Amino acid sequence: MEKDQTKPPGWKPPGRKPPEWIDKLLKTFIAPHFREDVMGDLHEVFAIETKSKGPRKARFFYLLAALSYMQPYFIKRKPSPYSSTYLFSPEMIKNYFKIALRTLVKNKAYSFINIAGLAMGMAVAMLIGLWIYDELSYDKSFKNHGRIVQVMQHQTSNGITYTQAAIPYPLGNELRSKYGSDFKHLLMSSWTSPHILAFGDIKVRKSGNYIEPAAPEMLTLKMLAGTWAGLKEPNSIMISRSVADALFGEADPMEKVIKMDNSQNVKVTGVYEDLPYNSSFRDLTFVAPWSLYEIENPSIKTMEDPWRPNNFQIFAQLNAQADVDKVSARIKDVKKKNIRTEQLKFKPDVFVNPMDKWYLYSTFKNGHRIGGRIENVWLFGMIGAFVLLLACINFMNLSTARSEKRAREVGIRKAVGSVRNQLVTQFLSESLLVVAFAFAFSLLLVLLMLPFFNEVADKKLEILWTSPVFWMLGLGFTLVTAFIAGSYPALYLSSFQPIKVLKGTYKAGRFAAIPRQALVIVQFTVSIVLIIGTTVVFRQIQFAKNRPVGYSKEGLVTVYLWTPEIHKHFEVVRQELKSNNAIIEMSESNSPATNNWASTSGIVWKDKDPSLSTDFSYNNVSYEYAETIGWKFTDGRNFSRDFASDSSGLVVNEAAVKFMDLKNPVGENLTWFGTPVKIIGVVKDMIVDSPYEPVRPLVYSLANDMGGVISLRINPRLSGSAALQKIESIFKKYDPAIPFEAHFVDQDYDRKFYDEVRIAKLTSFFSALAILISCLGLFGVASFVAEQRTKEIGVRKVLGATVLNVWGMLSRDFVILVCIAFVIAAPVSYYFLNGWLEKFQYRTEISFWIFILTGLGTLLITLLTVSFQAIKAALMNPIKSLRSE
Amino acid sequence: MKRTFLGEFEEIVLLVVAASTDPAYGVNVWESIQQATGRSITLSAVHATLYRLEEKGFLTSEMGGATAERGGRRKRFFTITSYGNRALLEVQEIRQQLWQSIPQEKLQSKLSFS
Repeated sequence: MEKDQTKPPGWKPPGRKPPEWIDKLLKTFIAPHFREDVMGDLHEVFAIETKSKGPRKARFFYLLAALSYMQPYFIKRKPSPYSSTYLFSPEMIKNYFKIALRTLVKNKAYSFINIAGLAMGMAVAMLIGLWIYDELSYDKSFKNHGRIVQVMQHQTSNGITYTQAAIPYPLGNELRSKYGSDFKHLLMSSWTSPHILAFGDIKVRKSGNYIEPAAPEMLTLKMLAGTWAGLKEPNSIMISRSVADALFGEADPMEKVIKMDNSQNVKVTGVYEDLPYNSSFRDLTFVAPWSLYEIENPSIKTMEDPWRPNNFQIFAQLNAQADVDKVSARIKDVKKKNIRTEQLKFKPDVFVNPMDKWYLYSTFKNGHRIGGRIENVWLFGMIGAFVLLLACINFMNLSTARSEKRAREVGIRKAVGSVRNQLVTQFLSESLLVVAFAFAFSLLLVLLMLPFFNEVADKKLEILWTSPVFWMLGLGFTLVTAFIAGSYPALYLSSFQPIKVLKGTYKAGRFAAIPRQALVIVQFTVSIVLIIGTTVVFRQIQFAKNRPVGYSKEGLVTVYLWTPEIHKHFEVVRQELKSNNAIIEMSESNSPATNNWASTSGIVWKDKDPSLSTDFSYNNVSYEYAETIGWKFTDGRNFSRDFASDSSGLVVNEAAVKFMDLKNPVGENLTWFGTPVKIIGVVKDMIVDSPYEPVRPLVYSLANDMGGVISLRINPRLSGSAALQKIESIFKKYDPAIPFEAHFVDQDYDRKFYDEVRIAKLTSFFSALAILISCLGLFGVASFVAEQRTKEIGVRKVLGATVLNVWGMLSRDFVILVCIAFVIAAPVSYYFLNGWLEKFQYRTEISFWIFILTGLGTLLITLLTVSFQAIKAALMNPIKSLRSE
Repeated sequence: MKRTFLGEFEEIVLLVVAASTDPAYGVNVWESIQQATGRSITLSAVHATLYRLEEKGFLTSEMGGATAERGGRRKRFFTITSYGNRALLEVQEIRQQLWQSIPQEKLQSKLSFS
């Protein structure tokens, strides 16, 4: 060492330095407290060995020596003598929450906007989440839901394939005998329809099915009394708890005899728990045996061509090893093998539709499943996600805007010894607190909104208090939102240099506002798309509602008949009602004005192309039908008692004339399943089926049997309820066994818009919330900007700016943002709505003015929101704002 | 009496430090041991032992004496503590006793030609 000291400092023997990469390696591995002397010693040894063995060998030995230090003893770091900052010390966390609460209380308006906006967004997301959960769990309450199927068929007529659940009567036995191995249960069933159940004086109208005896077992009904085997005898019935309560109250319903539709006596053999509201069988409030149906309708066993009419349903449960697609392929041609050759042109393909797809995926087009209600699930899922996004954006925008005001606090904290991680923890815990408030608040909001929401959405939703998944999602979402919203202030603010912020030279960069502006644009884009969407949906509904119906709906009442009593006394009832001025006219028919229950393929005209398949709706009516409904004849005349030949006369609608392509329809001779008939009149088209589709060809003939539907035209001088009272008293007189129930046609007609109106109501509800949330956010950001520019405004006013100048200056920025949002939103919404409207044959156009109005409306709302803050800032006395420091 | 156990190599290192006339540090201890024992020893083994001995209190150290060929790094000079001295003496004493307890004839190196 002594000799080394004789050398001048900085002298280095040329080329005698050990390789640098090994040194780097050593530096990274050897712990700091060994590093200096160990590496010094190594270098010294290297120098010695270079002299004695030459540089190459020395380097080699250097590497070996270095490697021998790669052992835990040298690598392990010495623990620091100072205790590291304890990140999660309870004292500090207490302090964070205290400061957070103080900040919240100090800025009440901000806190309110922040928490309320986020809570609204979360509430909407929660409602939609519950709704989606309900939709997805539809029919899942049945234990066998994975194996239950419905037998359905595709039929082709004039090149278009229709899909229907109705199947012919013999199909059940055919499937059972030839393909029985695939099915565990195969049940013929009637449609779910209302029937009168009477026990003593108590009469109730309840819907249910006639179905084969294995139904309770297949549907795994939860029995409250009796067993699943209760339908073996024809004169038995199983009723749901609600029916039992209505008929028997507290008494035991078992073994009691109920009178059904005033004709059959049936014995109660079981009571089951009501089926859940979100299931396809929710209206199955009683189950009667199929054999009873066959007894009541003996004609079905003696039909001349039993394979032709499609009147029934088949529900089945597949065997465990049977596969839906394979069974469908196997039974595809079962109907073709049995029907008459002339019906083969309908190409009936029989298939099974699994229960899991009944509700969400049961829209068929040309024989293929194309979706169904699942589209609504997606639609609302998207809306929910977007509303939530809006709320989160608000939250982030406001918390970042606010946080810049807290730069000094950060400076002080850093000056007294906070490390960065502590500040990050502080801001994250603050946003967690706010989000937790919002979550609690949103639960409250959901509780308040649920009854209203359930009504609009036709659901029975409730908060899943006991579901761990619900809480996990809620908590998970709270944490994620808190983290995302809190991360920007946390990371950004904690990076401040205390000297700068404490000296007051801190200034947000020129581009600090850009993310905020982008977020505002996103918010308004979503809001504008929702508004335009809601407008178009409402316009489409209004468009269809405004379509001329072809008759006057007002004052028209329908009464369904259960027993032949009224039919037998039709003329007496009619005269009595007319003489006491309750009605103008009354008639009987097969189908009500708002629906069609019968169709026929048997009509043939002179020049008919034999390959053309026809499907006419038909309705058997009484003489008075024309006047009751208010037919508008374009040609010919009504049925008349003066002409005996009118029993084979037909009144057709314009669509039928067009379909048959007749030049002079009146007097044209046709055949109906071989029987000659003659057109005597043509009436204007009336909307009977879907108001979104073209009117179907329809023929009317005179009824020679009981029709089942009574239509009454109420005397316009009487109020509806007064007339109904009079009608009821007379109906009761002749048909005392049946509870009177009348339906107003205009209400029935409005029900055709039920689905669309429901969706429109829901979307408008959500868009209103979306725009409200966006405006809340805008309000907050505007007030922040106004506050930030207080001094600037003061200087401007001193130099002579008017209030208008200042208002314009502050508003302009936001107007530009909304305009950009509009430019993005308009084409996006046009694209989606065009796709939606294409589903309807009768559809409105997306007019130009919708966009203009929405744009102007949004602009107006924006201006109103911003102006409040802008004018407040502009009116401020400059002396105050300039003095404040 | 409970005392810290000295391993064979530790004892040698401790002896070398005690015997060194120059201030002892990694390189010269390493060289002395190799010379004295004729064994080839890695520098890391010497370092590890020196540090362990210091941890056990047999040695103390201070930094100093940077040179150019060390890249300006200082050396760590080790000196033996009184505890270290005592430990060495104890070891020597024990060995002495053991040596003396060996019967004379056994120590005679036997000539064996078989």
